[in-house]
Amino acid sequence: MSAGTPVVVIGGGATGLSTAWWLRREGVPVTVIEKGIVGWEASGRNGGGATHPSSPLFREEQRLWPTMDELLGYPTEHQPKRIRIAVTPVQLEHAEQTAELAERQGFPVERLDPKALRELVPWVGDDVAGGMLLHYGGHANPQRTAQAYAWAIQDLGGTILQHTTVTGIRVQGGRAVAVETDQGTIGCDAVVVAAGPHTARVAAMMGVEVPLAPARAEILVTEPVPLIRHGGADGNGLYGRQTLRGNLAYGGGPHEWIELADARTPRPVNSPVVRSLARRLTEMFPRLGHVRVIRSWAGVIENTPDGRPILDRLEDPSNVVIATMSSVGFGLSPASGHALAQLVTRGRCDFADLTWLRLGRFRGLAADWREQAGWVPWSAAENVTMLSTG
Amino acid sequence: MPYPIDATSLAGKEFPVAEHVPLLVLGGGPAGLAAAIEAARCGLRVVLIDEHPVASALIGLDVPFMFGERLDPAVQNKARMTERVVAARPELEEAFEAGVDVRLGVYAWGGFVTGATSRTLPHPLLGLADEERSWLVSFDRMIVAAGARDLALAFPGWDRPGVMGARGADAAIRLYQAFAGRRLVVLGASALGRDVALAALAAGLEVAGIVDVATQPTIVSDVPVHLGHGVHGTLGAMELEGVRIAPLADPGAAFDIACDTVVCAVDLVPNVEMFDLLGCAIIWRAQVGGFVPSIDADGRTSVPGIYAAGDCTGVTDAVIADPGLAVAAGRRAARAAARDSGIEAEALPPAPPIADRATDRDAMRRQWLASHVAATRADLMVCRCEEVGVRDLLGVRPPRYLPYDAEKFAARDLRTLAADGPVNQDQVKRLTRAGMGACQGRRCREQVQLLLAMQGNQPTGSIPLPSYRAPLRPLPLNVLSAHDETKQMRDNWVVWFGIPGQWLPQWEPLPDDADMVYESRVLRDFET
Repeated sequence: MSAGTPVVVIGGGATGLSTAWWLRREGVPVTVIEKGIVGWEASGRNGGGATHPSSPLFREEQRLWPTMDELLGYPTEHQPKRIRIAVTPVQLEHAEQTAELAERQGFPVERLDPKALRELVPWVGDDVAGGMLLHYGGHANPQRTAQAYAWAIQDLGGTILQHTTVTGIRVQGGRAVAVETDQGTIGCDAVVVAAGPHTARVAAMMGVEVPLAPARAEILVTEPVPLIRHGGADGNGLYGRQTLRGNLAYGGGPHEWIELADARTPRPVNSPVVRSLARRLTEMFPRLGHVRVIRSWAGVIENTPDGRPILDRLEDPSNVVIATMSSVGFGLSPASGHALAQLVTRGRCDFADLTWLRLGRFRGLAADWREQAGWVPWSAAENVTMLSTG
Repeated sequence: MPYPIDATSLAGKEFPVAEHVPLLVLGGGPAGLAAAIEAARCGLRVVLIDEHPVASALIGLDVPFMFGERLDPAVQNKARMTERVVAARPELEEAFEAGVDVRLGVYAWGGFVTGATSRTLPHPLLGLADEERSWLVSFDRMIVAAGARDLALAFPGWDRPGVMGARGADAAIRLYQAFAGRRLVVLGASALGRDVALAALAAGLEVAGIVDVATQPTIVSDVPVHLGHGVHGTLGAMELEGVRIAPLADPGAAFDIACDTVVCAVDLVPNVEMFDLLGCAIIWRAQVGGFVPSIDADGRTSVPGIYAAGDCTGVTDAVIADPGLAVAAGRRAARAAARDSGIEAEALPPAPPIADRATDRDAMRRQWLASHVAATRADLMVCRCEEVGVRDLLGVRPPRYLPYDAEKFAARDLRTLAADGPVNQDQVKRLTRAGMGACQGRRCREQVQLLLAMQGNQPTGSIPLPSYRAPLRPLPLNVLSAHDETKQMRDNWVVWFGIPGQWLPQWEPLPDDADMVYESRVLRDFET
């Protein structure tokens, strides 16, 4: 174990774990505090995609993923490349427009006519509009990756405290000096708050306001089917992948805005939306209509008012870094952890422009911004009242 | 000024509902039928759902019971099987007469109630399906009488055709009259094993022996009983030809019993899957078979409007021996549901307390599993779908299709995982894949829990219940598919939220016309 006062990372999800791992690689003493089990919430319950051309961390995401198994020493199930499937001409048009963003950055996209697409994804229908093979991006197993980060941190001498809930953060002279938990107080040299939907609550312990709205989203999983060459094949309003085991895991569609009453994450249940997921999957892969759905899951994620991450080293307290990936955290985690570790050790990120991801952009935000956006929990009864009086 | 609704969220969206039912009864066994009949007589409109006869494809997957591929091809004829189910359950006739709307061969795959993360439902919903399609019904109240399923305990050869569970054998013999074997050996000499043996004898089958690791006697006339014996393996190169057993005290004195079927009748597992989906409080009670819903004397669960009755609330030897107890529980729950609906109905007397000397079912299971592990020379496969053995499980090893660094993993096992926090079966499942297969964990959940507890030298109930998720039965995509999806759902469908800032370059400020740019580029793949 390393000596010295640690950097305390609050949150054992993909972002926090990656940050701790990068810090540990630089020899910084680090302690991760996790209220439950590492990767237990949205970090372990997502589509596993690693293809985010709209992020300033995209290039680093692409650089790192192919090396992660080796760097971590544990399997992440990372697989390179993605296939975009367009069932209809409208979808093809949309896919074309989003591909441009990656092409402009020098990442090649190969257009596929229906025949070429069918050779790569034999499950598509006869009337499929077309598709694209992205020679970048990829996907990994979120649960396995979260555990790989955790084990790699431990192998490097870092500490992970599971089942430990943060109850307060002591600030003295403009610096966070200790993190209080239900298991005791830990002195700290710096703090990284990467607590997912709980980031706002934890930041508030230091008087820092982070505008976030939590929501629930869901995914379904089928039994395994024979492997195709590039499992990261999605479209038709779905994101997802074929896992290396052969299961199809696909999500998408309506989310549900929720509230977090306390430090616990409420049980993320599924809704009948799973039937609509099944419908879209059958539309995209009509040859797989007979394949059985064997489970589904849901997760809670948070969004900022503009849907972009907050990756920021605060001015006050000056040794605190706030990290929320605004519902797109897993795939970018190798890169976001690298950037966040740099924010801790150098105060700035030297490989990506994070200017527009600072917390200060929300200064002056209306108190009822969630209501104004419609990002609040909803109930049938309330809505009836609202419509009749409105 | 009202606030807007986020059109891409669930707010304001409706799920198409096929019908509204004041009282649903889930399960057509003794408790469910008694509940449905009693509630109908109290004046409630009742719909009873039962999955039997199940599709032969599910039978092949060991869903919902361990059928062990020992059913004859007659099960492919659903109409014929429906006739047999009706014939095997005379109370169905009574239910028809009482006005109960009975739906046979219908699967309940999902349950949806308002909760902390689901606020958009005007009524609780039950997801149903047959072989062709799925649909939703809404309800005011539901009595869940989902019964119990087979406890699977691995032994060498347990994955062969011909090895089945007690409920699987019971369904094959009594319910479907489609049992394909002739000569059985029954594992388990308590009330459950006795029940299976008697059913087999009554059907004119041969019971070649009853085996139990324990030493308490059982009485089944003319059947050889081997107490204090464990299973060492199965016989036969192609077909199952017998089972090898040995006295626990003298493993060298193994001997063979010829049979074509081995019925694992050690214990049953209360079906708590629907309670877990609905968020009902579930507690661990070793003496009634493990995790069961927390209920009051009338069967009310912790979720208002959801009641429980019969084997899904716990299984004891007394319950197995006397179906009258399940009938009484069903009637109690029906009266409670009627009263809670505003109908005057007298409460029925509470269930008799569980005898102090009731079998310690957890100890019994441990004794069996320990004897199986001890009798295994190579690795014992516990999760058949994902091919996870005891060593993989206890070593927390990744599945075989993944390359991994053996040296690194040599330093990682269940003990090191436990050093980081209490062992959680869902976590072990994610790492090893035990329980992730097409049988939805039916054949391994309990034994994985037992192995984790035994390895950690901790009480079985201290390993938390791994979560159940919809669909509770493996359903084909084109069956689960929302054929009846609303236009509102379709028009507003987006792949991920509907926030322009997520999709536009984040190294630039958000343009003033972000919403329009976004709408034109990425949104609404389905807008009509």
